[in-house]
Amino acid sequence: MQEGNIVVKVCMGTGGIAAGGTAVVSAFREELETAGVSASVEKNCTVHNVGCRGFCARDVLVDVIVDGEKTTYEYIKSDMVSRIVEEHILQGRPVEEWVVKDDYHTFHEKQVKVVLSDCGEVDPEDIESYVNRGGYAALSKVLTTMTPEETIGLIKASGLRGRGGAGFPAGLKWEFARKAVGEPKYLICNADEGDPGAFMDRSIIEGNPHSVIEGMVIGAYAIGASKGYVYIRAEYPLAVERLKIALDQARRKGVLGDDIEGRGFDFDIKIKLGAGAFVCGEETALIASIEGNRGMPRAKPPFPAQKGLWGKPTVINNVETLANVAYIVRNGADWFAQFGTEKSKGTKVFALTGKVKNSGLIEVPLGISLREIIYDIGGGIEGGRELKAVQTGGPSGGCITAGMIDIAVDYESLAKAGSIVGSGGMVVMDETDCMVNIAKYFLEFTQAESCGKCVPCRIGTKRLLEILERITDGRGRPGDVELLEKLSNDVRSASLCGLGQTAPNPVLSTLRYFRDEYEAHIHEKRCPAGVCKNLLTYSILEEFCKGCTMCARVCPAGAIVGEKKKPHKIIEEICVKCGACFETCKFKAIKKG
Amino acid sequence: MTVSITIDGRTVKVREGATILQASRENDIYIPTLCDDPRLEPYGGCRLCLVQIKGMARPVTACTTPVSEGMIVETTNEEIENLRRTIVELLLSDHPNDCMICEKAGDCTLQELAYFYNLRENRFYGERRQYAESDGNPFIERNMEKCILCGKCVRVCNEVQGVSAIEIAYRGFSAKVCPPFEKDLDCEFCGQCVSVCPTGALMGKLSMGKGRQKDIEKVESVCPYCGCGCNITLHVARNEVIRVSSRPDSLNEGWLCVKGRFGFKFNSSPDRLKHPLIKRNGRFEEASWDEALDYVAQRLGEIKEKHGADAIAGLSSARCTNEENYLFQKFMRAAVGTNNVDHCARY
Repeated sequence: MQEGNIVVKVCMGTGGIAAGGTAVVSAFREELETAGVSASVEKNCTVHNVGCRGFCARDVLVDVIVDGEKTTYEYIKSDMVSRIVEEHILQGRPVEEWVVKDDYHTFHEKQVKVVLSDCGEVDPEDIESYVNRGGYAALSKVLTTMTPEETIGLIKASGLRGRGGAGFPAGLKWEFARKAVGEPKYLICNADEGDPGAFMDRSIIEGNPHSVIEGMVIGAYAIGASKGYVYIRAEYPLAVERLKIALDQARRKGVLGDDIEGRGFDFDIKIKLGAGAFVCGEETALIASIEGNRGMPRAKPPFPAQKGLWGKPTVINNVETLANVAYIVRNGADWFAQFGTEKSKGTKVFALTGKVKNSGLIEVPLGISLREIIYDIGGGIEGGRELKAVQTGGPSGGCITAGMIDIAVDYESLAKAGSIVGSGGMVVMDETDCMVNIAKYFLEFTQAESCGKCVPCRIGTKRLLEILERITDGRGRPGDVELLEKLSNDVRSASLCGLGQTAPNPVLSTLRYFRDEYEAHIHEKRCPAGVCKNLLTYSILEEFCKGCTMCARVCPAGAIVGEKKKPHKIIEEICVKCGACFETCKFKAIKKG
Repeated sequence: MTVSITIDGRTVKVREGATILQASRENDIYIPTLCDDPRLEPYGGCRLCLVQIKGMARPVTACTTPVSEGMIVETTNEEIENLRRTIVELLLSDHPNDCMICEKAGDCTLQELAYFYNLRENRFYGERRQYAESDGNPFIERNMEKCILCGKCVRVCNEVQGVSAIEIAYRGFSAKVCPPFEKDLDCEFCGQCVSVCPTGALMGKLSMGKGRQKDIEKVESVCPYCGCGCNITLHVARNEVIRVSSRPDSLNEGWLCVKGRFGFKFNSSPDRLKHPLIKRNGRFEEASWDEALDYVAQRLGEIKEKHGADAIAGLSSARCTNEENYLFQKFMRAAVGTNNVDHCARY
């Protein structure tokens, strides 16, 4: 951006749009134009859409940059725009009450942004805005000064590992494909992000699609691929739209297509829309899906690097892995390797959600402690409650207990604790979360998303879910814990692909750390967290009840009786356990348990 | 090229590129399977053939894993057998278990495995898939509640027959083999799918209720429908052909077409000709072969003498073998003396 100009940047990621970003953008355009702002301040005023900058809880976030000085506003609605234009842009007095508070800065302080460094800064629909921030310089550097082998060597030296879940060294994968015999070779970007609560890949593509494209072209050069695919779910319409625009712009600019940058290297990218099957994130299922077959995994070996798409050598990299590539080339392997731990280099993007105050998209150096993520970046637990556990890695991952909060977040440490880094889902849970219920939630997901090909996954996850359902319903039997454990281990050992092999992880890790909760459900028919409806009873504590009748009025089942100004009573047989009385009572006279 | 591997303590030489399952079978080492068929691409779906390879963290499927020099394989141990038992138990937990009235009883791989693992109890009983539909076609009875999704029917239809009439639809526990949009089966009805089904999910309608496995006598024969000469096995109960199958080690590898597999009703039809008939005074009368052949020879001779050889023409059939057809044209040309000879599929 040029000095002296006024630039307004409006967050237009999915979060920003959902919070009303589109209206905010048009309000700014209108206000700036009708007020003739450019003329009156004698500066060029522009409004830009930018991608997600992570702090989705505060959307719509707006940056107003006057003479290079940036002011960030939070919770902006379109009707607030005229005041910002009037006071800040025209009179030079930022609207202090709407400016982000300290926690906006603490949210960002411990983050290290590599992949997300340009998200929220560049206009994702304008290639020049990416180029102005150094975009595609890495591609030129690779094409003009490096051999494919040197490129692979650089990525290997950086220590970059696959960000999709398994953490396989990216450079090594490239090397296998480079050495594999077969023409043509393919490079596939796996954007089939399917973990519940995960939005890392979507945000990267929405916020900076060119970083992914640049990474793909560099990767294709390194392995010798001439064709590429982005396998992206159709449920990500905004990401797909921005990717399409970005591909067109890249072709026009000559950084994609035939004879890239005049160096005689051809590589083009097609978009393949996925139909929302979680299993298609598994690479052999993804390949089957691109080939037009039902998305079902097959046994490996042969690995895709040897026999992949249409039987040809194929590399499949995750969005975030590819988005790292250009930054590594630009800044060097040593620069990248300074972040992270010995075995887990660089940064990782996480979708921080759950009972944490500041939920959103964060990027942290690998090896950071869970405590720093939850309390420094996340601002602690909502409502000042106690942290109970953190679920990482989505449905393939596991839970880490509050007692292990100082654990380093990297591939090895999380695996040792019975969880995984995974693709980057991070759900924070507090004392009001029932761990049996959490395990059930993830099993509901995995059993519905099993492709049905192999028996342990198809029927095994269904039976695991049924056992969990009866435990949370109060029908748990003695021996159910042992049966869960046995079946979980069998499903893990016997399943064909990663989906089935990891599906029991949420059960196993909660069994490992919260076995007593399972026992309480089964033997005492009690849900310690007060979540499982069938195990709850509500009663009125006579000594606190003032007879205000509020509870009786909100009860949808008519289960509460009593005279005015006298203690009320809940008729258990009629009570539907909705909890409305509990929420309503001002005197804490309703007992849940 | 061969490689040397150790299976259950025995060092054996097997050809390079073979799978562990093939290598084990060639050396008479039993590994249970449900989704394997040597004639189809390996699938790896049933997970019964899991074996342990020394140095590998998790068990692998023998059907999909190629052998390599020095590989040490264990096909059975407590852990492996426990996994297999769990798998069979899971399958049975979603199965009607109505073997008493199931057509497949006695010839059912799932039943065999339940017996082998002595599965009286089931730890996993829960929801079962239940389907109400019945298919209107005349040949193939589909009972999808008994389907274990081994995918053999889908693969044979695709890989061997090239028809792709069925595919797996839906996800997870609801996954189901069906024709597009769950319509009635509308295909060639070759019945290859029936022939590979390891359970009672796919059965030939013509054979239903006609006899249990113990009542069946198997008679080897050759299909009479065309000159291919496919080997068939007639399943005979109470002197009636109730089913036709074919052995996988036959020249036709066990594959048959709709006629060979399902066109056997003529065999016991009351309309079937069993003796030569000669029409006398407007009515067909039974005759001996000598009588009939003499009559034909006599009439052919008379016609040839009176009207010349070209007044006679012969038409033979694709149901005859090459040798039979050769003889027939030779007879027409050399014995009768005419070139008027043709064939339903042409010479």
